[in-house]
Amino acid sequence: MADGSDPRPDPGAGAVPPGPGGAAAPPASRVTLKVNGTEHDLRLDHRVTLLDALRGHLLLTGAKKGCDHGQCGACTVLADGRRVNSCLLLAVTQDGADITTVEGLGSTAGDLHPLQRAFLERDAFQCGFCTPGQLCSAVGAIAEAAAGHPSHATGADALTDPGPVTLTAEEVRERMSGNLCRCGAYPRIVDAVRDVTA
Amino acid sequence: MRHVVLGTAVGRAEGPEKVTGAARYAGDHAPAGCAHAWPVAATVPRGRVTAVDAAAALALPGVLAVLTPHNAPRLGPSDDPTLQVLQDAGVPHRGWYVALAVAETPEAARAAASAVVVTYEAAGHDVGFRADHPGAYTPEEANGGHPAHREHGDPDAALAAAAVRVDCSYAVAPLHNHPMEPHAATALWDEAGGHLTVYDSSQGSGPVRAALASLFGLPEDRVTVVSEHVGGGFGCKGTPRPHVVLAVMAARHTGRPVTLALPRRHLPAVVGHRAPTLHRVRLGARSDGTLTALTHEVTTHTSRVREFVEQAAVPGRVMYAVPDSRTTHRVVALDVPTPSWMRAPGEAPGMYALESAMDELADALGIDPVELRVRNEPATEPDSGRPFSSRHLVECLREGADRFGWASLRTPRREGTVLCGTGVAAATYPVLISPSTARAHALADGRFHVEVNATDIGTGARTVLAQVAADALGVPLDAVTVAVGHTGLPSASLAGGSSGTGSWGWAVHDACAALTARMAGRHGPLPGGGLSASADTAGSAGQKSPYSRHAFGAHFADVRVDTVTGEVRVARLLGVFAAGRILNPVTARSQFVGAMVMGVGMALTEHSSVDPVHGDFAESDLASYHVPVHADVPDIEAHWIDEHDKHLNPMGSKGIGEIGIVGTAAAIGNAFRHATGRRLRSLPLTPDRVLDVLA
Repeated sequence: MADGSDPRPDPGAGAVPPGPGGAAAPPASRVTLKVNGTEHDLRLDHRVTLLDALRGHLLLTGAKKGCDHGQCGACTVLADGRRVNSCLLLAVTQDGADITTVEGLGSTAGDLHPLQRAFLERDAFQCGFCTPGQLCSAVGAIAEAAAGHPSHATGADALTDPGPVTLTAEEVRERMSGNLCRCGAYPRIVDAVRDVTA
Repeated sequence: MRHVVLGTAVGRAEGPEKVTGAARYAGDHAPAGCAHAWPVAATVPRGRVTAVDAAAALALPGVLAVLTPHNAPRLGPSDDPTLQVLQDAGVPHRGWYVALAVAETPEAARAAASAVVVTYEAAGHDVGFRADHPGAYTPEEANGGHPAHREHGDPDAALAAAAVRVDCSYAVAPLHNHPMEPHAATALWDEAGGHLTVYDSSQGSGPVRAALASLFGLPEDRVTVVSEHVGGGFGCKGTPRPHVVLAVMAARHTGRPVTLALPRRHLPAVVGHRAPTLHRVRLGARSDGTLTALTHEVTTHTSRVREFVEQAAVPGRVMYAVPDSRTTHRVVALDVPTPSWMRAPGEAPGMYALESAMDELADALGIDPVELRVRNEPATEPDSGRPFSSRHLVECLREGADRFGWASLRTPRREGTVLCGTGVAAATYPVLISPSTARAHALADGRFHVEVNATDIGTGARTVLAQVAADALGVPLDAVTVAVGHTGLPSASLAGGSSGTGSWGWAVHDACAALTARMAGRHGPLPGGGLSASADTAGSAGQKSPYSRHAFGAHFADVRVDTVTGEVRVARLLGVFAAGRILNPVTARSQFVGAMVMGVGMALTEHSSVDPVHGDFAESDLASYHVPVHADVPDIEAHWIDEHDKHLNPMGSKGIGEIGIVGTAAAIGNAFRHATGRRLRSLPLTPDRVLDVLA
């Protein structure tokens, strides 16, 4: 960005030029992110979150900034298969990580992910702003249940059983509670998630 | 063959874009060379800025500018004084914007904003809202243009003479809209062409364009505002908000495109909130339940910047047949942020109070709460005497009671340490319609394109307008495309007051009907450019109706109260609505259920408070202000009755976006009373309050 042109999505984005007072540029590092199957070499200001790297540097604006504090879940993506609040992770800590965003789940040009189809069929959203996070979170939650991870809603019997946890409506509600939806599409999101796990 | 598309279940037109992340919201636009802005909020509850030292901020790498009350561009006039940002040194409340940092990156902008040193001369402040505040006054009007005070007969005498009376006070805390998308705007100022383009998160790009044109001294045809996808609004994006003014200021000042996305914690102070309301409701009745007197006295707060009066006593003018009544509002102007619209302003808190009082009266009389409401059904609108265009509240109550199994659930139960009970409440919301314009094109390839500057904030407007168009044209739905959310389209009213479908749909219907008429007179193929027709409903939709027009509904709640933890959970929630013709059952159900979810929040978790010392909302982010989450929301059922009303609009529809919240909190509060035998008269029903009242 030193030449003042828009650098995105070139490597080197985020390297801020010195201020008028001659202040030194903030610390930056090279970071490799594999996003939706494509490797990107970036040079990022250490303050850049994974969310802002995706949105501002790779122009993947599907992940949304609803609170920037890990309180709403709109920024949820998958990092090495696990769901994360990308606003709470500094991008430099994710060097080498394999990131999946909503754009990587499926696209209208190719095949939609079964969950995306279920969300459409169930009308599991209204404004759509939380939807990318709900989708990524649901993918992660389904994988966690399949791997036998218990939740607060998991019965005591299941705690000693290392097998997959059945995703009842109550399980889905509990596991998805980190993803807020102000339009109140919750009942249909639960239905959509259960459609693909039934 | 006639294609039936209106009233059928149709998926959301923009659904594929929303589930793939392709839908672009205001903050998703990244024009080449885009800079980022971060506002600086006042940290005193009242006073004035005496100095802004931006040296340290400007010395940071990547910082382009710091705008302050001293150097910011001067603005032209605006109807709304909250848009006059950085124009003077005054600080009318904590959180008022006092500076704006602009930088190459969001990180640099945030760092610069926190490095700006603002010096204040603090003044004494008063944020203490109470019903007996000496500054309380009766305004001329409440929100929506409703008279602040209405009185019929002699309610005091009628109360004194009543066989049975209830006299209850209720409190609703300040509430925050908190749409999932914080307000954002991306502004591009084309210096050479003299044109301003703004992507804004707004419920109406038309009013945003008008405000920006006036503020920045531009003719409206040199301003384009785009609100293609909007991440919810619920009222707080109803009119332009300060963020869009700041974004344009920054773009003009720096000559760069600028994106400004408000930090979540700033929202409560700058985008409006539901004002707190204190209610005193008195009801008098004969022993058979016939109401003889009703008074609903509301006190609320507003800011010193702009008067906004939550019209919470207004539902009492609509709901029940009462000969002697008083419905009145008082307001206190305090050093608080300016309140504004939040889903069903007036009706949501007002019906909480009125419908709780009706439940108390039913208790006092020993009459079933459904039956009490049925017995007080008015023949005409109580306040105006006008006939209802349609009113099927009784049908909603009866069908709801049947579906819910009301009669079999009237005995409260105990399951271990958990108390179970049921409650009912009625709901109402007015039919609001504004004039709009639309244009319909018949394309040479046989398809149709409809243009209207409607805004789809998640309501399904695009989808339903396409259905309206296809129905009026008599063509299949897939032959129609609809463009909304751009000021280049025919002007239309904003998305608010549950008025969108009625207002925009009327114009779309008329444009398509006119196009159909033009095409009927033609023979042979269309000209290469197709055929077009326009409509303007100023003469039709703008006319005052001789009818009282409202949607009605009934809510039923099944509630569990944990006597050990004090936690209240909703096990089941049912709403039955009479809202004219339902044009799309899929998107309509999402609207009704979604509003009921927000009602669950109002009843159980949502609560804000103004810190008396610091003057700010103590619960300003989503960690402290608790909107409902998945685990709070049970299966919610929404149903509607088939209502035919010729006195509305060509579609026969009433608004459906807000009525779902209206009776929810009262139904839950009444169920709590049924379960526990105790009444809580302040929302929300949080464990601290529950344990207190159960002790």
